[in-house]
Amino acid sequence: MRQWFKSGDPWIWMIGGGLAISLIMVVGLLMLIAVRGFGHFWPSPIMATTVTTAKGESESILGIMVRSETLPAQRIRESGQDIPADQLLVTRHLIKVGNRDLTGRDFVWYLDSALGEMRYPEDALRIERREWGNFYGFALALERQGDVVARGEVLWPEIQQAIDRANELHQRIQTLERVEIGRINRKMEELRLERRALELQGVSGAALAAAEADLAARQAELDRRFEDIQAERRELMDQSERDVLIAETASGREVRIQFNNIVMASRNNAMGLFGKIGFYGHRIGDFLSGYPREANTEGGIFPAIFGTVTMVLIMSVLVTPFGVLAAIYLREYARQGVILKLIRVSVYNLAGVPSIVFGVFGLGFFVYLLGGSIDELFYPERLPAPTFGTPGLFWASLTLALLTLPVVIVSTEEGLARIPRTIREGSLALGATKWETLWKVVVPLSAPAMMTGLILAVARAAGEVAPLMLVGVVKLAPSLPVDGEFPYVHLERKIMHLGFHIYDVGFQSPNVEAARPLVYATALTLVLLILILNLSAIAIRNRLREKYRAEGD
Amino acid sequence: MENAAMNNQATPAPTVSSGMFDDDRQPLEIARETVSIEVRDLDLYYGNDQALKSVNLKIAHNRVTAFIGPSGCGKSTLLRCFNRMNDLIDICRIDGQILIDGKNIYAKDVDVAEHRRRVGMVFQKPNPFPKSIFENVAYGLRLQGVNDKRKLAEVVERALRAAALWDEVKDRLDDNAFGLSGGQQQRLVIARAIAIEPEVILLDEPCSALDPISTAKVEELIAELKNDYTIVIVTHNMQQAARVSDFTAYMYMGEMIEFDDTARLFTNPRRKATEDYITGRYG
Repeated sequence: MRQWFKSGDPWIWMIGGGLAISLIMVVGLLMLIAVRGFGHFWPSPIMATTVTTAKGESESILGIMVRSETLPAQRIRESGQDIPADQLLVTRHLIKVGNRDLTGRDFVWYLDSALGEMRYPEDALRIERREWGNFYGFALALERQGDVVARGEVLWPEIQQAIDRANELHQRIQTLERVEIGRINRKMEELRLERRALELQGVSGAALAAAEADLAARQAELDRRFEDIQAERRELMDQSERDVLIAETASGREVRIQFNNIVMASRNNAMGLFGKIGFYGHRIGDFLSGYPREANTEGGIFPAIFGTVTMVLIMSVLVTPFGVLAAIYLREYARQGVILKLIRVSVYNLAGVPSIVFGVFGLGFFVYLLGGSIDELFYPERLPAPTFGTPGLFWASLTLALLTLPVVIVSTEEGLARIPRTIREGSLALGATKWETLWKVVVPLSAPAMMTGLILAVARAAGEVAPLMLVGVVKLAPSLPVDGEFPYVHLERKIMHLGFHIYDVGFQSPNVEAARPLVYATALTLVLLILILNLSAIAIRNRLREKYRAEGD
Repeated sequence: MENAAMNNQATPAPTVSSGMFDDDRQPLEIARETVSIEVRDLDLYYGNDQALKSVNLKIAHNRVTAFIGPSGCGKSTLLRCFNRMNDLIDICRIDGQILIDGKNIYAKDVDVAEHRRRVGMVFQKPNPFPKSIFENVAYGLRLQGVNDKRKLAEVVERALRAAALWDEVKDRLDDNAFGLSGGQQQRLVIARAIAIEPEVILLDEPCSALDPISTAKVEELIAELKNDYTIVIVTHNMQQAARVSDFTAYMYMGEMIEFDDTARLFTNPRRKATEDYITGRYG
């Protein structure tokens, strides 16, 4: 036994065990998120059954089994339901029945004992709608301008075609609304600002009249174009209202669903494996590239992904030069002494300051003080409406840059310290000054270390939520921070962010059950996004390392 | 023996501070017109420790001068004084003068970078820059603002030829210098030094990290280079000093014990301490 201890085996087992536990936890976490999140998009079978209510009435329902749980009977009794006195445990199922517009709630708990036999009818239909959530039921007929045009066998292909057409029209309407009308609105806003600027400059008399006339002409032009676009939009709207699906719910109630309200329809029980895989891919694609609907509980998360990436990129652009320059000064030029030690300790400790403190600082200093001053200096005509004096993309990025600055400084300093003295001396011996040596030899050699700092900074920044809530991230941003309008990157706009989206969907949502899978899916997306950002930074670092490979490095 | 010491004190010898003489021959005096570097009463301190004690020395123009001595005797420190590399060490303090071509390099008006251009240095471990072979050699020229491609190519080729490396690398000038072997790297570093045409080349144990074949190549190179440059070499290896140098200085504990013609110093040293060291009885 003593021999065994002496050989070091127990320690090796301990170390190995520690590693194994860490790995299991990490992998387990990722697996949980992955299964819960991306399982949501798989087309689950649609179940039909009958429910016996407390009064003994029988009712047909149609829906998707979400999960089941077994509880002590007492708890159910306390909630007011009758359970036979001899029963100790009760099993109940949460079933997504959809049809929120008809029944008021789309997730319902049913006791196992109340459910009849479960069937999976081939023609059960799941319809994802733009409003009111999902519809579960059976298709009866397709009505076009008041006439029934399809029924029975030919109905399903006709529905598919009608959905494709409606989606295309919807896309065009969206483009008109988001791009064209948005552009005209911005132009009108510009006109208003020009007019206000004239007032502020105190222009009067003939000059004012001329300018007014010019502005009025341009305003009229814009109004005319707006009318045109409105007309086009109305035309498209009318077209998209052509088709109506007549369907019935499990209880036999007939429902009319406009096709312009349908995102997609599927007959889950009739799909083969490949059909399911295709449908699955399609839904994930929609999730990643779509805009959120219904208070973020449905639809996609594209604006959040876009906002996160944009913010992290701007943060990197801001933090790298500051961090690197500060580190170079600290390591190479500053006189080593007590003051420098103090500064260094402060910088290192900055990394431990709670991030919400940075958020408060960002709001107080960046947004109100800096942003307010910028508004007064450069955008006086827009006041009192703030431009930069309100939370926005730039301030969010700047706050995160401040938050991650210590990481970059520390790793750059370490990189600089690792450059062999002989290399510096070699450069100095050739008549280079200290600055030339730094710039031409030392900094390129420590570039990989700077990238390491940036990688850590990106990982930290992309996952940060708390400070962002104060300095620029919102629940729902009206437009993306990058678009085709000059100056293309709109630093003053508010953005959406995956981390905040998780918080919002998970804890602020009116429909908890519907939001739950989206929380996991969004979390997985965030993890994957950070992974992608990190991998690309690591790839760059490895290329730099290869380029500046030092002997024995 | 005491007589010998008395005798020597009569002439202003460049070497004496303590110790005993075994021979009463006159120390070597380099003719004034051929002196390239002259060290006058040089004291050097690292904080409170004195690393060089009143060193006096003359180094001949276009000759190879070797410094030998046990580790820590101050020979590298002395060498690094010649291009003011010791300036980089904060706690280092210097008294005395070093004259190159009659000018004190520690005078206040000396531009250190400019001075280092005139006195090149090659270090113990090859230290190429993380750049291509071409850019390594062109580095010093680029610092001087030379950016003309033809001129650079010409100088790089000449320097690499002079360093006997051209034939080995002419087809891969754009490859990273770290891809070369240790011996090639050391010759590359020498080429880098001579590309800016210094007057003096300082070699600080240039072969200590090299295998025997590379060592032989570098030694051949040194013999070639002395036609054009004044060379000062620090070495641990006495055979090497005997092979490559014209003059040799033996240092011990920061003092210049003996300086003489290499052949004479190795075959017939004037002082007992030198003889003990070169015959291996030291320590």
